[in-house]
Amino acid sequence: MATLLDLIIMLVVGGIILGFIAGSAMFVIWLERKVSAHIQSRLGPMRVGWHGWLQSVADAIKLLLKEDIRPKGVDTWVWWAAPFFATVPSVMAFICIPFGKPFEIRGLQIPVIAPDGLRIPMIVSDLNVGILYILSVTSVCVLGIFMAGWGSNNKYSLLGGFRSGAQIVSYEVPLVLSVITVVMYVGSLSMQTIVEAQGDWYGLKWFVLRPNLALAFIVYLIAATAETNRTPFDIPEAESELVAGFHTEYSGMKFAMFFVAEYTNVFIVSAVAATLFLGGWQGPPIFQFILGYDLPFMPVFWFLLKVYFVIFLLMWFRWTFPRVRVDQLTGFAWKVLTPVSFANLAFTGWWLLR
Amino acid sequence: MITDETAVADAKSFETEEFFVNMGPQHPSTHGVLYLELKMDGEVVVECRMHLGYLHRSIEKIAENRTYTQFIPFTDRLDYLASMNNNLAYVLTVEKLLGTEVPERAQYIRVIMAELNRVASHLIAIGTFAQDLGAFGTPLLYCFRERERIVDIFDEVCGNRLTYNYIRVGGVQDDLTPGMDRKIKDLIQYLRPKIEDLDALLTRNAIFLARTRGIGILPKEMAVNYGVTGPNLRGSGVRWDLRKDEPYLVYDKFQFDIPAARNGDAWDRYRVRMEEMRQSLRIVEQAIEGLPEGQAAVKGKRAVLKPPAGEAYVRTENPRGELGFYIVSDGTTMPYRTKIRAPSFSNLAVIPEIAKGLKIADLVCVLGSFDMVMGEVDR
Repeated sequence: MATLLDLIIMLVVGGIILGFIAGSAMFVIWLERKVSAHIQSRLGPMRVGWHGWLQSVADAIKLLLKEDIRPKGVDTWVWWAAPFFATVPSVMAFICIPFGKPFEIRGLQIPVIAPDGLRIPMIVSDLNVGILYILSVTSVCVLGIFMAGWGSNNKYSLLGGFRSGAQIVSYEVPLVLSVITVVMYVGSLSMQTIVEAQGDWYGLKWFVLRPNLALAFIVYLIAATAETNRTPFDIPEAESELVAGFHTEYSGMKFAMFFVAEYTNVFIVSAVAATLFLGGWQGPPIFQFILGYDLPFMPVFWFLLKVYFVIFLLMWFRWTFPRVRVDQLTGFAWKVLTPVSFANLAFTGWWLLR
Repeated sequence: MITDETAVADAKSFETEEFFVNMGPQHPSTHGVLYLELKMDGEVVVECRMHLGYLHRSIEKIAENRTYTQFIPFTDRLDYLASMNNNLAYVLTVEKLLGTEVPERAQYIRVIMAELNRVASHLIAIGTFAQDLGAFGTPLLYCFRERERIVDIFDEVCGNRLTYNYIRVGGVQDDLTPGMDRKIKDLIQYLRPKIEDLDALLTRNAIFLARTRGIGILPKEMAVNYGVTGPNLRGSGVRWDLRKDEPYLVYDKFQFDIPAARNGDAWDRYRVRMEEMRQSLRIVEQAIEGLPEGQAAVKGKRAVLKPPAGEAYVRTENPRGELGFYIVSDGTTMPYRTKIRAPSFSNLAVIPEIAKGLKIADLVCVLGSFDMVMGEVDR
């Protein structure tokens, strides 16, 4: 009955993850507002809850209660479906994010489904094509943006949609190339295997500490910033040029879905960065020294710490840099990042075959 | 926009069409209610037509129905980011009509206020410019934080934070409050490193350079032909500044340089403003050191001014260029005609010329680098 057990665990973990996504997106939105405020010597939200930590909840309630305005002349189905196309793929990508070290609860024996103890994988499903799956699923997000741009019957939205298409297609290439560099080292696409390959040696085997993979990390970080449409690559939205770009015509919950999709995407790219380059859930086993055994939630703690560090980096970029122009953006992807990643890939191949 | 017909057309006869985008009057980056009608070929601007008048309050006509003193608050509402300088230009014109001699102390105070307001105005210009380039709020808020200190000084001196109405015919509203010279010196000490910070944040930033260098080049001849003035003109390489070339007040007593750039692109206009802030602080420092004792206004000034019939034109160097007031007096308490030569209006006229062939993102950059205030464009 291993399959039934797997299914149940998958559903339970999936449910937890779905709850986590909603909470995490809200937390990241609040964090963004706080980080931006402190970078700009402001306070940010302070009124709702302690230091405004309930602000996102208040915003969500507000957006839920808002009238759903449907502009004249929209392409109904495309316009209506676009937020879902933006949100669902980013949620789907969570399936392959390893949140922690798999562990077994030996004492707990449930008849029929778990006679030998419960094994918690700390990942919804450790697909053997994990990273490939994440990359392919997250690229579907561009469809949602493009549909929003086309369906809105607004020229600013259309320009935003065009730009987004050009941008994501361009940056997918260096992104995937930098990921392949890691995959070449590990020899597996499975996320848990990639994390385990960076274990031991007290963090010295983290891939970011190898020079060529550090370069891949930088390329990945830049490409990921572009993939998530954040400044300095936020040209699909480009407030000062395109008003709000592809989501100009959306209000209420539809807008909120784009918003959640953006921040879920930020979490995904940061989680992938943490997994591929920063050792995933590996961390100093503090409780190993104190108690003699490591607590099961510590890997989750280390993983989230790394993820939020990368998210913080992305926020830092956003609130520091001006925006590049659309031709400079694609030019940078094709003329700088792609050749650099190819060279890095070739070097890594030579190094491994040496 | 691609229409349905072109979408179904076969690949051989693939057609593209130009389309119109209405940028403004409500748009995040047109600095007020500027309305640009853009003919676009994809991302590229083919033609740019400008529609003005959304902020028209017929200030020039109002001037004909107000006494000379009553009109000073209206000048605050022209270029509302540099109210002191507007007051100054108007008051100088009226004084020229009246033939008033202003005490030296008042002249020094006027210089201090005008230069501080120039710094405040340039701070906003740079902040909003960076905002237009997509630097989300951070430089803007830094600039506003610094400006706040200057506004605090104005607040203490005249009681207002935006529309000052401080410089009056015959002098200034009130003398500097006790201890103000110390406060202004502290302010200069505070602002100098902050301006360097701003410089470090933006000037050599690779993305900032990529966005502004070689963008919206305004050639020297075109700038002169269109009557572009101020930092925009100096960015194009013409070293023309009324404070040096036709000194008014006591500007000839101070040591300062007129910065000018060469290429006339957006980056040069930005750099000229950056340097002008430093020079303005130099002027303020010298003025506060050499502030003479005496009256801050002509003693026993009359409540109702009645200049003799005649006309006067005075132009001063505003943060945005040459502000000129032309007043015709018919000997009564109200002017027969007041004409305002607003710098932003002339500066704006050149934009359709240089907008052609720019990408929409560059057009936003050019608008930001020109730093216009619609209040004085529409008047």
